[in-house]
Amino acid sequence: MNIEAVKSIYFFEMARTRRTLLQSVVSPVISTSLYFIVFGAAIGERIQQIDGVSYGAFITPGLMMLTLLTQCIGNGSFGIYFPKFTGTIYEVLSSPISMLEIVLGYVGAAATKGLMIGTIILITASLFVDLSIAHPFAMIFFFVLTAVTFSLFGFIIGIWAKDFEQLNLIPMLVVPPLVFLGGSFYSVDMLPPFWRAVSHFNPVLYLISGFRWSFFEISDVNPLASAVIILAFLAICMSLLTWIFRTGYRLRN
Amino acid sequence: MASIVSVSNLSKTYASGFEALKGVSLEIEEGEILALLGPNGAGKTTLISIICGIVNPSGGEVTVNGHDVVRDFRQTRSMIGLVPQELTTDAFETVWNTVSFSRGLHGKKPDPAHIEKVLKDLSLWSKKDNMLRELSGGMKRRVLIAKALSHEPRVLFLDEPTAGVDVSLRKSMWEVVERLRASGVTIILTTHYIEEAEEIADRIAVINGGEILLVEDKNALMTKLGRKQLRVDLAQPLERIPDSLSSYNLTLEDNGQSLIYDYDTSAERTGITALLATLAETGIRLRDLSTQQSSLEDIFVEIVEAGR
Repeated sequence: MNIEAVKSIYFFEMARTRRTLLQSVVSPVISTSLYFIVFGAAIGERIQQIDGVSYGAFITPGLMMLTLLTQCIGNGSFGIYFPKFTGTIYEVLSSPISMLEIVLGYVGAAATKGLMIGTIILITASLFVDLSIAHPFAMIFFFVLTAVTFSLFGFIIGIWAKDFEQLNLIPMLVVPPLVFLGGSFYSVDMLPPFWRAVSHFNPVLYLISGFRWSFFEISDVNPLASAVIILAFLAICMSLLTWIFRTGYRLRN
Repeated sequence: MASIVSVSNLSKTYASGFEALKGVSLEIEEGEILALLGPNGAGKTTLISIICGIVNPSGGEVTVNGHDVVRDFRQTRSMIGLVPQELTTDAFETVWNTVSFSRGLHGKKPDPAHIEKVLKDLSLWSKKDNMLRELSGGMKRRVLIAKALSHEPRVLFLDEPTAGVDVSLRKSMWEVVERLRASGVTIILTTHYIEEAEEIADRIAVINGGEILLVEDKNALMTKLGRKQLRVDLAQPLERIPDSLSSYNLTLEDNGQSLIYDYDTSAERTGITALLATLAETGIRLRDLSTQQSSLEDIFVEIVEAGR
C-alpha cells in the first residue's frame, strides 16, 4: 500500500477546499439559512408539524441530504475530471499507485468535504430549530455511507465525462429533481396515492427517509429498506469502478 | 552495458483503430542518453506513455530493471520520472506544493532538502511560493522537470523538453541533464531540435509509423550515414562540366562558378586527390575550397524518407 501517495492526493484535494473556503463553506450556510427562512418561516407557518415533528426540524435531514448528494457528486467528479481536463492526470497514472489508492485519495477527500459541509448545515439548522438525534449511530451510518457512495458515484461521472457539460449533466439535471421529489420538504404520505407509489421508485426517497428516521424515528419507508438501498448503490458503484479499472476505460486507453 | 529498459514486440492500437505502435523492440542501456527521433505521430509519445504506465499496451512486453511495467508497476514506476510534452500544470498550486505532491505520489516520504536542491538546480528556488499560473512557459517547463526529479528516478523520460524554451534556458537545462547523466540517471529524450540530440545523445533511435527504423550509436551513425560535400569555387565560370571530369559525378552550381563533389567519408578512397589533379590537368583554376558535413538532421530526413 502506497500510503504516502494516498495522503498526498487526499491533502492536495483538501487544500483545494481550503483555497475555496468561501464558496465551500459559507455558501452552504447561506443557502441553508435561506431554506429555513423561505420554507421554515413561510411554509412552516401553514404546515407547522409533520408526524409530531416541527416543520423546520423535519426538513433538516432532507436539506443535509440535498447538500451532501450534490457536494459529494460535485467534488468526486471534479476531483478526477479536472486533472483529466488540464492533463495533469499523467502524473497520477505514471505513479506507483494502484487504482484503489487513487480512489481512496480522491473519494476520501470528496466524502470528507461533503461530511464537513453536512455538519455545518446541521449546526446552522440547530440555530433555527430544536434538533434531537434519536439514533446517533444510525445517523452516522447513513451520513457516512451516503457521502462515500455518492463521492464514488461522482468519481465515476468524472472518469466518464468528456466535457464540462457531461460533468454537470447528472449533478444539475438528475440529482435535484430526485432530491426535491424524494421527500426532502414533505412526507410522501401527503401526496395523492398515485404519486406516492411513483415516489417509491425514487432511490433518494429511501436515503432521506432512513436519515430522517435516525433523527426523529419517523419514516416514509422501512429504515432497513433504506440501509439496503444505500448498500446496494454502493455495491453498484464499486462494481462499475472495478470494471473501469480493469479495462482502463477513458483513463489508460 | 546492461539494459535498464527493455521493450519487446510492443504494439498499441487505440480504440479509434489507429495503430500507434507495430511490434516495437528497443533496449535502453543504463546510464546512457538515448534520443528518440521521429516526425509527428510517429509513436514516440505512445511508446513513452506505455513504459511509464499511462497507456495500456495492446501486445508485447516492457520491463524496467527486470520488472514488468504492467505486473510490477510499483517497482517500475517508482524508478521512472516523466516530463510530458504538454505544459500541464495545476494553475493554482505553488511550485513547492506541486513538486512535493509529485514526491508523495511516488511513495517517498517528504524530503524538503531534496526538493530545495532540485528547485535550486533548476533556478526555481526564488519562485517556490509562486502559483504556477504566474510563471512563464519556460519556468513551467522547469517545474515539470522538477516534479519528475522529485522522487530521485533512475530513468528519466523527457518528451520534447525544450519546446518553447529560450536559448539560454535550454543551455542550462542541458547542463542539468549532463549532471543527471553523470550521477548515473538514464535519460530518454525526444526532441524536434535534432542538433540537440546531435550534441548530447549517446545513441539515436529513429521511429516512424509505429516502427523503429534504426537504433545506432550517434557517432557511428554520423560516420556511416554522414556524407560530405566538397565545394570548389572556380576562378572562371564553366558553361558545362568538361568531359575529362565526367567520371566524378559532379554538379555545377552558382551559374557555373562552383563545382560540387559528394563523397563518402567511410569509403577507402574519397577521390579528392584525383579530382584535384584532374582539375589541374584540365587547366581549371580554383579560387577556394570548402567541405560540408551532413548533419544529423539531414540523416534523419533521409532515413524517414527511405522508410516511407
